[in-house]
Amino acid sequence: MRVVVAMSGGVDSSVAAALLVEQGHDVVGVSMQLYDQRDGGFGTCCTIDDLHDARRVAARLGIPHYIVNFESHFHAHVQRNFVDEYARGRTPIPCAHCNGEVKFSELLLRAGGYGASHLATGHYVRVERGDDGRWHLRRGLDAAKDQSYFLFSLTQPQLARACFPVGGLGKDEVRAHARRQGLLVADKPDSQEICFVPDGDYAAFLERQAPALATAGAIVDGDGRQVGTHGGVHRFTIGQRKGLGLSTGVPLYVLDIDAARQQVTVGPRAALEQTTLAASGVNWIAGGAPSGWTVAAVQIRHRHVAAAARIRALDDRRAEVVFDSPQSAITPGQAAVFYDGDDVLGGGWID
Amino acid sequence: MRIYLDHNATTPLVPDALERLTAVARDVWGNASSVHHFGQQAKAVLDDARGAVAALLGGEPSEIVFTGGGTDADNAALRGACEALEPSGRKHLVVSSIEHEAVLRTAAALARRGWEVSLLPVGASGVVDPDALDDVLTDRTALVSVMHANNEIGTLQPVEALAARARRRGALFHTDAVQTAGKMPVDVRALGVDLLSLSAHKFGGPKGVGALWIRRGVRLLPSMTGGRQERGRRAGTENVPGIAAMGAAAEVARRTFPEAAPRIAALRDRLEGGVLGAVPSTAVNGQPDRRVANTTNISFDRVESESLLIALDLEGIAVSSGSACSSGTLEPSHVLKAMGFPHQRTLNSIRFSLGTSTTAAEIDRVIEVMPKLVTKLRSLAARH
Repeated sequence: MRVVVAMSGGVDSSVAAALLVEQGHDVVGVSMQLYDQRDGGFGTCCTIDDLHDARRVAARLGIPHYIVNFESHFHAHVQRNFVDEYARGRTPIPCAHCNGEVKFSELLLRAGGYGASHLATGHYVRVERGDDGRWHLRRGLDAAKDQSYFLFSLTQPQLARACFPVGGLGKDEVRAHARRQGLLVADKPDSQEICFVPDGDYAAFLERQAPALATAGAIVDGDGRQVGTHGGVHRFTIGQRKGLGLSTGVPLYVLDIDAARQQVTVGPRAALEQTTLAASGVNWIAGGAPSGWTVAAVQIRHRHVAAAARIRALDDRRAEVVFDSPQSAITPGQAAVFYDGDDVLGGGWID
Repeated sequence: MRIYLDHNATTPLVPDALERLTAVARDVWGNASSVHHFGQQAKAVLDDARGAVAALLGGEPSEIVFTGGGTDADNAALRGACEALEPSGRKHLVVSSIEHEAVLRTAAALARRGWEVSLLPVGASGVVDPDALDDVLTDRTALVSVMHANNEIGTLQPVEALAARARRRGALFHTDAVQTAGKMPVDVRALGVDLLSLSAHKFGGPKGVGALWIRRGVRLLPSMTGGRQERGRRAGTENVPGIAAMGAAAEVARRTFPEAAPRIAALRDRLEGGVLGAVPSTAVNGQPDRRVANTTNISFDRVESESLLIALDLEGIAVSSGSACSSGTLEPSHVLKAMGFPHQRTLNSIRFSLGTSTTAAEIDRVIEVMPKLVTKLRSLAARH
């Protein structure tokens, strides 16, 4: 079958392509140009150098390689969302939006135009067909690298055409495979930061995109008393302790961000704990929202151990989650992803 | 079995050129500037090639300056002429809005140094109107540069008329003939130009080699400074094998012009008619009766040229769109933009450019494949 592989120039997508070639598929390498590179070294991933690496890997594997322009899509769906969320006092996950709205939406469509039945990426997740014929999304075999958290929004039609060749491998195995194949990216470090934010300085990025964000406001305590000032709500996230500019002797944490009033509320660690959350834009992997309460483990951040909870769908796209034990720093804008063991049941954006 | 329809981008080496390239690289490796036997041998090779290229243009061998390609020649012409004329008070440059980037970017660089630059408009025909030149010409105009044929849409510009008007005002006239020299008869005397650029890899010669024809008596300042090669007009040790191969390609071109042009034109017309007939909502860009023989630029409504390019390549058919040379950036074609088309139409065109090796079978295969590819891409676009 013809498969398009989204190649970022990193080792995971490179090995994904290599594996598909070994399996005898008709592989087409595609790299998305996500932002204008001409001002030189924009982000930490998918730079001109990364695109070049992808091309070299494709040449080594003997597959065609195309660079396709996704600037306006990426800007509309990922970068703008990033700015809007921060402006609303939320903490977005651009990677999850990119997967759902760029890669497995527009790129998947284009892959069809190139005659490909599937789109493959280097994500550490697994997709399998259940006995009932439905597609299941499961955590990657390597728990430390599992990226299922970022793919909760995939629908059945998308999963049917998705392919994740490295999902059943460990990272070390993937690098070893790259070395065996003589791929130049075998030892390239993983990119850790948001791909379009240079040096990880997201506050500076946001202020360039929306200068109005840099508006001063008050930092207040739980009783509403002002304890400090800040230079913009976008500099904060729930549960944040550092960078508050306060010296009170007692460690204080960001409890709430009120963008409308430009106000950040801080308090003791204990106050960060909550047992419920509401989620919108919910996607249920199996296709429809279940009725009644569903028992599951819910993960509220990429680096969070999924915690036991019950979920109830309020309608097609909204759900409420009640945890068995209080969870710390539930953050609006992040994703709440529902798991049954390794199986992803679905997820939504935390309100 | 791949089908190559991108000859305006580049052409394969004709056998004579490859043979000459190899033989010279192997046997005549001296530095042409050397006094001794080895230098003399190299000089002789250059002389032969110079004669062949001059004959291609109807010019004198002494009027030929070898360069590192068409872009090099354009730079040498524009920068060389402007630098030479600046002290005389002439500081105005005119170029057409559909020139190749080699001319446009060079003009922009001169503008940053204080030169006044006028851009000649084109209408939907993609042809420059000589009256438009009269509108901007002044006694301060140093140089006018208008290409002989546009690389994207193939339209032939009225160079004779334009050059005559420039001459009346005392301005020099340069033409970028990269898309015509070696592909059709070009006569510098008949055209009445002062400077002409050409590029070997467009007519079966190697890449990285070209020439600038400079009318005897026209003085340019060299833009590549250093040694005194090419009579002090372009420094740098000559690429003797490449130049020799260019000479061979020029000889082949002259021999094959009479037979090749009508045959290629017929194939182009067949392709054009076939695609327009088989695929709805398509249109040719550029005045069809004023074009080089090998080019057709077609707009496909509701299709992104980037996707069509890739889909065609995966079917083994090589074509291009715009003249975008950068890594993946889908710039709208500046040529189509200059012709006044709406934004969408500047992003949905495909250029098919045929060559001496193109066959009827290849053309028919393309006509066969196009409809289903376009239909699929249009149906996906509709789903959005």
